[in-house]
Amino acid sequence: MNVRRAILAALLAALLPCAGALAQGFGGLGSDAKGFMTPRRGHVLSFPRDDGAHPGFRIEWWYVTANLRGEDGRDYGVQWTLFRSALAPPGQDGKDGWAAPVIWMGNAALTTPQRQFSAERLARGKTGQAGAIARPFEVWIDEWRLAGRWPDLSLRASAPDFAYDLSLTQTGPRVLNGDKGYSVKSPEGQASYYYSYPFLSVRGVLRLPEGAVKVTGQAWIDREWSSQPLSEGQSGWDWISLHLADGSKLMGFQTRAAKGGTFTSATWIAPDGTATALPDGQLVMTPLDISRVAGRDIPTRWRVQLASRGLDVTIEALNRQSWMPMRLPYWEGPVSVSGSIGGAGYLEMTGYE
Amino acid sequence: MNRVVLGALLSHWRRHPLQLLTLVLGLALATALWSGVQAINAEARASYARAAGALGQGDLAQITGPEALMTRETFVALRRAGWLVTPVLEGPMTLGRAHFTLRGVDAMTAPAPAQGAMVATGKGGQKAETQGAADIAVPEGGVIFGAPETLLRLGGQSGLPPLRPLAGLRQGLLLTDMATAERLLGMQGWVSRFLLLADQPMGRPPLSSIAAGLKVTQKPSGNDLARLTASFHLNLTAFGLLSFAVGLFIVHGAIGLAFEQRRAGLRSLRAIGVPLGRLILLSLGELLVIAAVAGLIGTLLGYLIAGLLLPDVAATLRGLYGADIAGTLKFRPGWVAAGLAMAIGGTLIAAAQALWRLARLPLLAGAHPRAWAQGGKRMLGVQAMAAAALVAGGGLFAALGGGLLAGFLSLGGILLGAALALPVILSLALGRAARGRSALAEWFWADTRQQLPGLSLALMALMLALSANVGVSTMVSSFRQTFTGYLDQRLASELYISARTPGESAALAAFVAPRVRAVLPIWSVPISIAGRQVQVYGLVDDPTYRDNWPVLRGAADGWDRLAAGRGVMINEQLGYRLGLAPGDMLRLAPDWSLPVVGIYSDYGNPEGQALVASPSLAARYPSAPRLRFGLRLARADIPALRRALTRDFGLPAENIIDQSALKASSLAVFERTFAVTGALNILTLAVAGFALMTSFLTLSDMRLPQLAPVWALGLTRRRLAWLELWRSLALAGFTMVLAVPVGLILAWVLLNVVNVMAFGWRLPMYLFPGEWLRLGGLAALAAALAGALPARRLARVAPARLLKVFADER
Repeated sequence: MNVRRAILAALLAALLPCAGALAQGFGGLGSDAKGFMTPRRGHVLSFPRDDGAHPGFRIEWWYVTANLRGEDGRDYGVQWTLFRSALAPPGQDGKDGWAAPVIWMGNAALTTPQRQFSAERLARGKTGQAGAIARPFEVWIDEWRLAGRWPDLSLRASAPDFAYDLSLTQTGPRVLNGDKGYSVKSPEGQASYYYSYPFLSVRGVLRLPEGAVKVTGQAWIDREWSSQPLSEGQSGWDWISLHLADGSKLMGFQTRAAKGGTFTSATWIAPDGTATALPDGQLVMTPLDISRVAGRDIPTRWRVQLASRGLDVTIEALNRQSWMPMRLPYWEGPVSVSGSIGGAGYLEMTGYE
Repeated sequence: MNRVVLGALLSHWRRHPLQLLTLVLGLALATALWSGVQAINAEARASYARAAGALGQGDLAQITGPEALMTRETFVALRRAGWLVTPVLEGPMTLGRAHFTLRGVDAMTAPAPAQGAMVATGKGGQKAETQGAADIAVPEGGVIFGAPETLLRLGGQSGLPPLRPLAGLRQGLLLTDMATAERLLGMQGWVSRFLLLADQPMGRPPLSSIAAGLKVTQKPSGNDLARLTASFHLNLTAFGLLSFAVGLFIVHGAIGLAFEQRRAGLRSLRAIGVPLGRLILLSLGELLVIAAVAGLIGTLLGYLIAGLLLPDVAATLRGLYGADIAGTLKFRPGWVAAGLAMAIGGTLIAAAQALWRLARLPLLAGAHPRAWAQGGKRMLGVQAMAAAALVAGGGLFAALGGGLLAGFLSLGGILLGAALALPVILSLALGRAARGRSALAEWFWADTRQQLPGLSLALMALMLALSANVGVSTMVSSFRQTFTGYLDQRLASELYISARTPGESAALAAFVAPRVRAVLPIWSVPISIAGRQVQVYGLVDDPTYRDNWPVLRGAADGWDRLAAGRGVMINEQLGYRLGLAPGDMLRLAPDWSLPVVGIYSDYGNPEGQALVASPSLAARYPSAPRLRFGLRLARADIPALRRALTRDFGLPAENIIDQSALKASSLAVFERTFAVTGALNILTLAVAGFALMTSFLTLSDMRLPQLAPVWALGLTRRRLAWLELWRSLALAGFTMVLAVPVGLILAWVLLNVVNVMAFGWRLPMYLFPGEWLRLGGLAALAAALAGALPARRLARVAPARLLKVFADER
């Protein structure tokens, strides 16, 4: 995606330092980006450099989701996220150590059909407690870590009640979303740089209170950075990443305006990695079922239509209570795909109060 | 029928409103002091809990390393290995004339309460107080939090980040962000300690694989302030109980009198057929209603008292322990219930005897009024034995018992025993006084003795109050005298200076060295010994210490051995705590043990302290900051040095403190410390005075039959009234004379038993006869006031009433 994470990250940036912004809710994302860089259309992304951090931008994230199947035959979902949120543009006073004006936030989750485990970590400054390096690739906060030499990566997180240790192997190309990585988020033109690694095979071990489970499956890594990803008046978003049975993939999201109406964007990825950006209005997401989650009404079954590709599927949460009770709470969990084609994927929703 | 009987019972109070007032007031006063003290205790405890909870760091274990300071790299290594720790950087900061502790914390890794508060707090920090926790500053220059009083002391210090008040922080503690603390302390990259968070992830490697010498130290259970202040609160509770007991004497007196006066009425009620059970029940109901009303008044009064005393108590706690408690009182429903329960329970205890007599009231016996609680010789004998047993028990507790509670139990035994012995001793003394005088004197003393049973309870109450006064004031004055002398010794350096950063400190020492007789660095390292933090100071070898340090016990060559790095001196507190005597070994680190070569007094310090040779300490803790110095120089040279320091070296004037200023501020802290005991003393005495007055009033009504014959023999009413007043004074005088030795015993126990348990130091006892005279004067005043009203009444009693005594004689 995109926006969703953008909101989280921007909120962090707006909030944590002076803490007062929480009261502003998601409106905080609309705050301006003075002193920071903003994404430009036509800018050419460069690798591996862009896998690392971009201090000139205010917010940035590394986002991993994985749909897994255990030896026990059960389905599992894993999420791993690191947000970087700058409190001030770089180069002002060369502050180092604790004083460097940057905050890192990690979220990790493990979803089973019955239970949802989650944990959160925070770090700040340039102490080495958290960071992101392009080569050799390493993104970490505390002992949580996504690192390796492409195409082989390892992914780890642990908490008092769960842990996972996974090996990821890249099996297909990197995909640039939007216009060569320039991804528009609103009708007003807010944008971010956004690319994905949708072709990743996974094997590894999940540790649950009941014991360890060996798993295999597929993962998706999203990379995005910006300084002002949402416009004022956007209240939340619904985002999906789907691995379809024929090997094609779909990334799509809609941002919801507080006054009603949505803005949609999607990337259709063929099995060979060829990506097609789909502008506003092509993707249609319709809620089918509302669940009561953490005291809110949240749609956990959706109809997803993409007429231009003949796609008409229903996505349904593996666990309807995939709530992330974090400092900035949201819903995120694995989904199954059925209808015109089968598959599995991840769904994220924010802004449901 | 109930209504009729109740009407008959209540009519008594209508005819004797003063008695009712006495009963209600006595009970209310007793409840008031007790519940006032409880309210203060509850408030203080809530404050400690708040302080400990402010960062959610109260009960966290720590990870410590082989050195006093650890590095940021170790922090990162721990976190990246999955050991969830949060760093704390702490150091001394001197601003103006005041010393502060600056503590830096990291909001990102701090336990949840601090984080929660941080996120929930509004931009201006305006909600920080109501949140009751820290919204810790994050980068951008940071914000400094401090208790409101601490910030007041900081005044308008320029160059500091913005200051924000945060109630519940320890006095003198400034809380800020890690980055700000590093900058202000000049300690970039250092960490004082790591707190280990409660919830740790699965599968962590052992600590030894992260860095050598790291180990987990559990925090001693309970929070520090609660532990430190436990003795103080026990003290307050003891005061409260004492007042309650004194108040109960009043209640007992009033109920007993009412029963005696109603004896005829009760007999009549029984005679006309009111069942005994119902009569008892109704009497009980009547008492309960009175108790409830008085209890409510008492709790209200207690609330007022607590509100008045709280600032003093807050000052005391701050002075003694640096504990900061809120200066305002919150209303707690549980506390009202406890107050009411005390009032009702107390009433039942006080009324037990009267109800018992009512139950056994012979239906047809003659309705002779008789002095209530009239005790015979046998009664006095029993009382004497009980007194002896209590005193012996108290002595036993003092001799054998350990712990604070034993100390207080011994105090209670001695006090109660002495109070019980009072009527016995008075009776003997008055018996002797009555012999071989003029007829009038003989009558006066015999009559006084005759009244003893009626007055003894009130006199016992007076005795309790007076001896508690003598005891406590002796303790406080002894403490003050010792403390003043101790300050003179301990603050031997003429000038105290402090550098702003570790970097500046070497230059500062070099700058002053040629200008003074001696430069004495004052630096210390916190070391954990037997689970508690002990400040270990590094001392250079200088005659100043040999000449002035207040060593209590130690080897003759103690200073030589200390200077050679072959010995350690410890303060009395640490000695008592670890049971160390000179010659014993003290283990400062796993591979560092030194023999104790001396124990010194260290009044006013609740914590352990030790002195070792500066080079030995420096070798082990090379990175510990050394910022403060004591300077020895001729007094005449002080102004010149001050000028040189501020003008040539550029040290801010507030970093230079002279000895006399330091002494004055230490003494001021001491005076505030004991402010509250003075107030409580006066209150207890007032309650006792009131008890005495009610007893006199009670007796004066009943004594007309005894006075009428004396009047008939020719003594004027006026003369009789004067005699009454003198009697009151004489009794108070006797009581005072007996209270002084009891008070001194009390003071001895306080200084030598309770103090050692509570604070960890023993104090020499000094006597202050002037103080006793003052107290005697107060007692006389109380007695005069107590006797004045009955005497006045007697002086104005109608002759017809006196005559009536003869007419009515049954």
